[in-house]
Amino acid sequence: MCLAVPARIVELNDDRAVVDAMGNRWAIRTTLLPEAKLGDIVLVHAGFAIATVDEEEARQTWELFEQIEQLRTNEPTGTEGAG
Amino acid sequence: MSDRAEAARRRMVRDCEALGRPVRIMEVCGTHTVAIFRSGIRASLPKGLTLLSGPGCPVCVTEQGYIDTVLELAQRDDVILATYGDMIRVPGTAGSLETVNRPGVRVVLSTDDALALARERPDKTVVFAAVGFETTTPATAVAVGQAAQEGLDNFCILSGHKRVVPAMAALLSDATNRIDAFLCPGHVSVIIGSEAYRPIAQRFGRSCVVAGFEPVLILEAMAAICRQLVEGRAEVESLYAAVVRPEGNPRAMELIDRYFEPCDGPWRGLGRIPEGSLRLRAEYERFDARRRFGLEERVAPEPAGCRCADVLCGRIEPVACGLFGSRCTPDTPVGPCMVSSEGACSAWYKYGRRGGRDGAG
Ligand code: SF4
Repeated sequence: MCLAVPARIVELNDDRAVVDAMGNRWAIRTTLLPEAKLGDIVLVHAGFAIATVDEEEARQTWELFEQIEQLRTNEPTGTEGAG
Repeated sequence: MSDRAEAARRRMVRDCEALGRPVRIMEVCGTHTVAIFRSGIRASLPKGLTLLSGPGCPVCVTEQGYIDTVLELAQRDDVILATYGDMIRVPGTAGSLETVNRPGVRVVLSTDDALALARERPDKTVVFAAVGFETTTPATAVAVGQAAQEGLDNFCILSGHKRVVPAMAALLSDATNRIDAFLCPGHVSVIIGSEAYRPIAQRFGRSCVVAGFEPVLILEAMAAICRQLVEGRAEVESLYAAVVRPEGNPRAMELIDRYFEPCDGPWRGLGRIPEGSLRLRAEYERFDARRRFGLEERVAPEPAGCRCADVLCGRIEPVACGLFGSRCTPDTPVGPCMVSSEGACSAWYKYGRRGGRDGAG
């Protein structure tokens, strides 16, 4: 549950943001990362941005997630909660 | 295997030979545990090098008494129990949140969702089951701050938040520990910073290397650890410097410190760890569910036969548990290490054969 997901900030209003990762969009807060700007890629954990990351780092993680997703759909069980 | 991974592996083999003794590296992050299994890293390790899975999964180290308290609260008619999904299937002494099946149990994706529930339902008290390491704690801190600001008096938290570094110190304080070095968690370190491990390196003389989650990064971190051992160094090194700063995330640390204070608290398997837990500071204790409902800290026995305690301390591998794979599987979990997708038992069950024994790589 300590895993954070990289996502790009596509809307930003005060500390409320909408992020996009691999086409999925959801609302998060940037309270913990006041320096976050529109267009930045941030690591999101339990609804909060915790760090900015660069394109390369984000791309690698997204690829890793895709592989995990593929594996997971082949698995008998999955107990996923707060990523 | 990529060139970089192969090069790291070769360095490890050479260094382990030079050392001529067993090397045991503990990973303190459930996500690493899973990544290590899935990538088959275990099978490609040099002879003499062992990876131990540590207390890196927050659900797994949550003590049975806490789970029982959560279950007790979930059964009150005046309570809505808000929890991250990870906790839903963890068995308490009598059932899990899933089996109590009360309408008042809600899975939330963030503390914001828990606050929204409190606003929608002024007739109920929303209790947020606040578990997790330092990655998760700041989100709870923000929620408590917001509840205080809004005067949202029907919101409170049951703090089960834990601190990673005191647990590492506790493991090393046990004279029988077999840990030579730590592979430090990526995303916890984003918050606490790589410098947070300095006391472990200095006081206990153990290398602490922060790693990302790509298999090649994990291998390179392990190679860096072997190098330190050969050279007789015990230092903090971050191979994840693009994301983890030495000082961590100052804003998040400040928020944790504003609302919480360290206290001694029970961990599954590790007993009471000095300063290993976090409780709300006195100014915010009106948001403490224990205080609001007059709950005592409960101590409950571990499920019979379950050896999660030994697994979490790196004393045994999950397969050494008599229930592993027979009575205890991901579909019928007996202990939390089998419930959580990041738990060591679950990782062994799902990937053990591929990652551990077929000698590939
Ligand atoms: S296999 Fe199951 S019962 Fe045994 S230690 Fe792991 S979780 Fe506990």
